[in-house]
Amino acid sequence: MFDYGTLKIIWWLLVGVLLVGFAIMDGHDMGVGTLLPFVGRSDIERRTVINTVGAHWEGNQVWFVTAGGALFAAWPLVYATAFSGFYWAMMAALWALFFRPVGFTYRSKIQNTTWRSTWDWGLFVGGFVPPVIFGVAFGNLLQGVPFQFDPLLVSTYTGNFWQLLNPFALLVGVVSSAMLTLQGGAYLAHRTEGVIQARAVKAAGGAALVMVAGFVAAGVWLQWIPGFRISSVVDPSALPNPLGKTVVLETGAWMANYAIQPLLWLLPALGIVGALAAAGLLRARRTLTAFVASSLAIVGVIGTAGASMFPFVMPSSTMPAASLTVWDSVSSHLTLGIMFWATLILMPLIVLYTSWAYSVMRGKVTAAYIRENEHGAY
Amino acid sequence: MISEQLVDLSRLQFAATALYHFLFVPLTIGMVWLLVIMESVYVMTGNVIWKDMTRFWGKLFGINFALGVTTGITLEFQFGTNWAYYSHYVGDIFGAPLAIEGLMAFFLESTMIGLFFFGWDRLSRTQHLMVTVLMAVGTNLSALWILIANGWMQNPVGAEFSYQTMRMEMTDFWAVLFNPVAQAKFVHTVSAGYVTGAMFVLSISSWYLLRGRDIEFAKRSFRVAAAFGLASVCSVIVLGDESGYTVGEAQQTKMAALEAMWETKPAPAGLTLVAGIDEAAQKNDWEIEIPWVMGLIGTRSTTQQIPGIHDIKAKNRERIERGIHAVAALEALRKNPGDAAAKARFEQDKADLGFGLLLKKYVADVREATPEIIQKAVDSTVPRVTPMFWSFRVMVGLGFLMLALFGLAFWSTLRTGFGPPRWLLRGALIMLPAPWISCELGWFVAEYGRQPWTIYGVLPTHLSVSTLSLNSLYGSLAGFIGFYTVLLVVEIFLMVKFARMGPGSLGTGRYQQEPIHA
Repeated sequence: MFDYGTLKIIWWLLVGVLLVGFAIMDGHDMGVGTLLPFVGRSDIERRTVINTVGAHWEGNQVWFVTAGGALFAAWPLVYATAFSGFYWAMMAALWALFFRPVGFTYRSKIQNTTWRSTWDWGLFVGGFVPPVIFGVAFGNLLQGVPFQFDPLLVSTYTGNFWQLLNPFALLVGVVSSAMLTLQGGAYLAHRTEGVIQARAVKAAGGAALVMVAGFVAAGVWLQWIPGFRISSVVDPSALPNPLGKTVVLETGAWMANYAIQPLLWLLPALGIVGALAAAGLLRARRTLTAFVASSLAIVGVIGTAGASMFPFVMPSSTMPAASLTVWDSVSSHLTLGIMFWATLILMPLIVLYTSWAYSVMRGKVTAAYIRENEHGAY
Repeated sequence: MISEQLVDLSRLQFAATALYHFLFVPLTIGMVWLLVIMESVYVMTGNVIWKDMTRFWGKLFGINFALGVTTGITLEFQFGTNWAYYSHYVGDIFGAPLAIEGLMAFFLESTMIGLFFFGWDRLSRTQHLMVTVLMAVGTNLSALWILIANGWMQNPVGAEFSYQTMRMEMTDFWAVLFNPVAQAKFVHTVSAGYVTGAMFVLSISSWYLLRGRDIEFAKRSFRVAAAFGLASVCSVIVLGDESGYTVGEAQQTKMAALEAMWETKPAPAGLTLVAGIDEAAQKNDWEIEIPWVMGLIGTRSTTQQIPGIHDIKAKNRERIERGIHAVAALEALRKNPGDAAAKARFEQDKADLGFGLLLKKYVADVREATPEIIQKAVDSTVPRVTPMFWSFRVMVGLGFLMLALFGLAFWSTLRTGFGPPRWLLRGALIMLPAPWISCELGWFVAEYGRQPWTIYGVLPTHLSVSTLSLNSLYGSLAGFIGFYTVLLVVEIFLMVKFARMGPGSLGTGRYQQEPIHA
């Protein structure tokens, strides 16, 4: 149906869709987790906050799992090289995520203050740590990562965990964290009322400002960071061979795509305008519109990262020719085609029944609801 | 070269995290159908006790599900973190079912579980039942896709090696999908899950009956569990035989190992019940055998032979010798893709490439393999017999014990006046761990039995790992063990607490031991 080169581009877009889906859906749960100890001060307030995502976090977390699976299926070399290279970062993200399923399910099953507050901080860790790590990972991708391949394509990573925590990467981590805090704050404002809502609006406003300031700062900083450029001729439909090209490092290379296609400037603009609009709309208590604006900001920010790096996915700082790109880190033509059709058919179904689940559970979560459902609610 | 310690630690971590994950999965797979049955009765009869049953057992289901999800995330990412070369080498085939599992099954299951717990007052009875059914369908589809991926590791069909991309590539998606090993594994595994769910409900209900508590609630639960459990345990045993069917060399090797069958016996072979195994001398000192049975089960004929370990090894020796040429030709081709002679040599022997790669464990350049090294590699192609033999026997033995238990339990519910005797109730309580032990041993037999390969005949385990430092492995292994131990303690604590509270924990006012709140 599609030629190989086209499918490679489609899969770059689909991975982007999955990342954006993850950030919008699982992201708002994580944002709620980040805000939990601060916007909920008493037990009943915290239960109210938790129950806004109670019926949905489980489904939303599958965006994360599916993004991992899709990476495995579509970009196996990226899945292999990134996850093993970022080993300790991955472990930290995994272990932070452990707190969520058990935190949500077990927290309110026992009436004990220490028990409940321990799980509340567990939910905070599960909401706060992963977005920071994913942001830091992106920050490192933009600078190149120290890995190489031998002729049999065995990858070796020569960096260590602490090198990941460089200033630029940490800045991107802040942007990522603030972005999902804003998303969580907007969602929380939509599903709560009164004092919790007021606190959520305030926190989201702060998050929006941090996010925009950090995003702009990272964009300016990027002007001095050497980007990567393929210097040999690219044949999009060639068999994937990450060692079959030459790559050069050039300051400003990450801006080249914007020069070729000025329309791409709409992406960073969307990130900034969306975040600021979300904050403004929240002050006016236009909560649903604010959530949409915040989601669009996520599209803008993740889109900006993708557009700057295209066609690179995981550049190598120690062996630039081994950098992984959309052309040479992908699965076979057949697998990309099968996975494309599977996604095309199943993704709309997922959106459909997820929307139904949200519409069933719509409305404000209140203290009265928690008291009525003492034994059923989280 | 990759150190053996790194490989061992990576295997240990995978085994620990996978076996731990599978403490929770079978209960989920089985209980979800029990919830469907209970809720269906509620919807049909309108009797609220069936709704309470669905909600109470659902509560325990939820406590278990949380850890299933927690530990499942690890597995989805561990291929990348710890098995990077494996992920590159077979991701083209292996990744697809994992991704489809997420899209088709896990999304459905996870979205519906939210509505299952929170939708009771917001959905009509029929709608809520539909949610529960969809949750069950999602759960079981999840198992299907995971076992398609796992089945391909045992019997890698529908794929071919490409020297240009240096990996296996899918050639036939339908062959991967309808892999007979995967299909047999699926029915066997989900049935084992159904038995686990049934045993859980049967045991806890028996405890209430022994205590004389919440009798009406416990009686109905016992009845459902007994009937469902009997059907499931029959299916495990019958379909377990199906997965013993000699499809592919991986399964044949496993069968020879778990039967401690050193020599190829004249057809139809006998079934060894117990044996005194001498691993070093590669023979059995003594054995008790039932004539014919093994041949009939294994081949469904009286004439077809089942190969013994010595014959399997002899065949593997030839494949390793041819594999040396394949590896050498491949390495030449990777250096110079235009080398036509190397390409011709590679095409000739590429079917045995994986066997040649086995030698990489012992020597960097496989052409330098000495006869001693080749002998070591040949010996490694059959897993150690003793652990296989006994694990398998304990698994099957417990299976038949559970058959007896569910048979008696079911029969006791048919008698007028519903009277399972107390000894039977006690028996049901004692047998609670049996399905878990069987499930874990089943995985051990399947995966340890596949060694020394990750993908049978294609990719040796020792080449599959990520090139990590030993310290990283020690650290992460300690982290997983520490984390998982704490979580398990918490989970069991909550399970016991809520099982002891019984349906009173729902706070409906209809049961004994209602919780008291200030």
